[in-house]
Amino acid sequence: MIVAESKPIKELLEMVKDFKKILVVGCKGCVTVCNVGGAKEAAILASALRISGKKEGLDVTVGEHTLERQCDPEYVNELKDVIEDYDAVISIACGVGPQFLSERYPAKKVFPGVNTKFMGGAVEHGVWAERCAGCGTCAIHLFGGLCPIARCSKSLLNGPCGGSSNGKCEISKEVDCIWDMIVTKMMEQDRLGELIEFRPPKSWTTARDGGPRKMIREELVK
Amino acid sequence: MSEHKSGSNLEKVLSAGHFAFTGECGPPQGANVEHLIEKANHLKGVVDAVNVTDCQTAVVRMSSWAASLILLEQGIEPNFQMVCRDRNRIAIQSDILGAYSMGIRNMLCLSGDHQSFGNHPESKNVFDIDSMQLIHTVKTMRDEGKFLNGSDVDVAPKLFIGAASNPFSEPFDFRVYRLAKKISAGADFVQTQCIYNMDKFREFMKRAVDMGLHEKCYILAGVTPMKSVGMALYMSKQVPGMDVPESLIKRLRGAGKGKVAEEGIKFALEQIEEFKEMEGVAGIHLMAIEWEHKVPEIAERAGVLPRPVV
Repeated sequence: MIVAESKPIKELLEMVKDFKKILVVGCKGCVTVCNVGGAKEAAILASALRISGKKEGLDVTVGEHTLERQCDPEYVNELKDVIEDYDAVISIACGVGPQFLSERYPAKKVFPGVNTKFMGGAVEHGVWAERCAGCGTCAIHLFGGLCPIARCSKSLLNGPCGGSSNGKCEISKEVDCIWDMIVTKMMEQDRLGELIEFRPPKSWTTARDGGPRKMIREELVK
Repeated sequence: MSEHKSGSNLEKVLSAGHFAFTGECGPPQGANVEHLIEKANHLKGVVDAVNVTDCQTAVVRMSSWAASLILLEQGIEPNFQMVCRDRNRIAIQSDILGAYSMGIRNMLCLSGDHQSFGNHPESKNVFDIDSMQLIHTVKTMRDEGKFLNGSDVDVAPKLFIGAASNPFSEPFDFRVYRLAKKISAGADFVQTQCIYNMDKFREFMKRAVDMGLHEKCYILAGVTPMKSVGMALYMSKQVPGMDVPESLIKRLRGAGKGKVAEEGIKFALEQIEEFKEMEGVAGIHLMAIEWEHKVPEIAERAGVLPRPVV
């Protein structure tokens, strides 16, 4: 899933301080699963904005609406009647959501309510970790099923570097050295031969480096 | 290894079978050319080549190629270091050509410390290619006259290709294989991380020799004399991939006030004596960090002077 975290309420209040009619838009996708952008969080944020408005003695109207997904025009369209009553919109979906809203409703001022972090998953309750960098040409099978591009601080394809220590990365004792894990696993699987094979420079053309990306599935295009 | 690949002094010293002795000099955090020259001149005639670091620990310094050229002007052979942190493959290949064109003949290929260590942790890193691929890039440009995209290089850069090896970082069992991989990728010589844990290094070298790596590549043992107990503790606790045994810290502590630095040098000299005899070790890489003025004395006491003229 796409993992995000809520922006500090102070930052959000500063963003929308000039608006009297604010709509908080949640998303039932990834951000619901990682507990930052679903219906529940939309309600919490909306009431925080109302309370703050009251405190300041301002006449602020805050609405809330949670869409099935914000990354699909079909669902984003659902807002067309609701959104008319508001000047500002806070999307608490990942970075895709506020952009889809901005594009669909060009007259509205749209603000991001969360910071989008990475593609990953829950490794334990309340803890999420990055797993994929979206480079566009997956090769994790060469590395024991573990991705050095997303998970090595230097994205080394021929690791580990000299900074690996006690299974941890040189940048922090909180960060696992993925190359330590790759080597350990491949040695256990008796795959030393693959490990010592030279991995040539990667083509980053399929990654963000190749420019903004788009995917077209001809058979699905009407 | 008889035919010269670059004709650098370091290559000639090694290929003639001499026990090599290289030094290191960090460029200034500014344009203080005078200070750089002063530091480097302590090493002149005392070492076979001087490593010029490339924004080590991710701290902004004078560029390593520019500092290398300043050393060249002083009649000191540089070992130009390049890291993959700050350049993509376009800049890397361009800088290789530039460095070679200006007379640089040795190049050490590194991944580079992560920028979070340094004084611009907010920066974006590159890591388009890694140190292994950098070694291979230089070799391909030199021996095949090709860029990474396969097109021709108009006059190939004849560089003596160096790599680093850290026998002390983990997983230990894989380290000698990674060294083998660097040699296959094109490393002509290797300089190791600072050695303090001699038992572990003996084991590492035994494995390297068993695999015949010393016959394919010159292995220079890394030595950094400890200046103080504080430095030893810092190296032991703060520098990832550094292995400082408790016994060494104890020995330095036991030296007594005002005598720790001398004890550190004594330990380094004992190491050098052992390396001279150790199978597979082709020389010493002395990294006397901000202690360049001590290098002539250490070299003298280590019995590696005068340096061979080849």
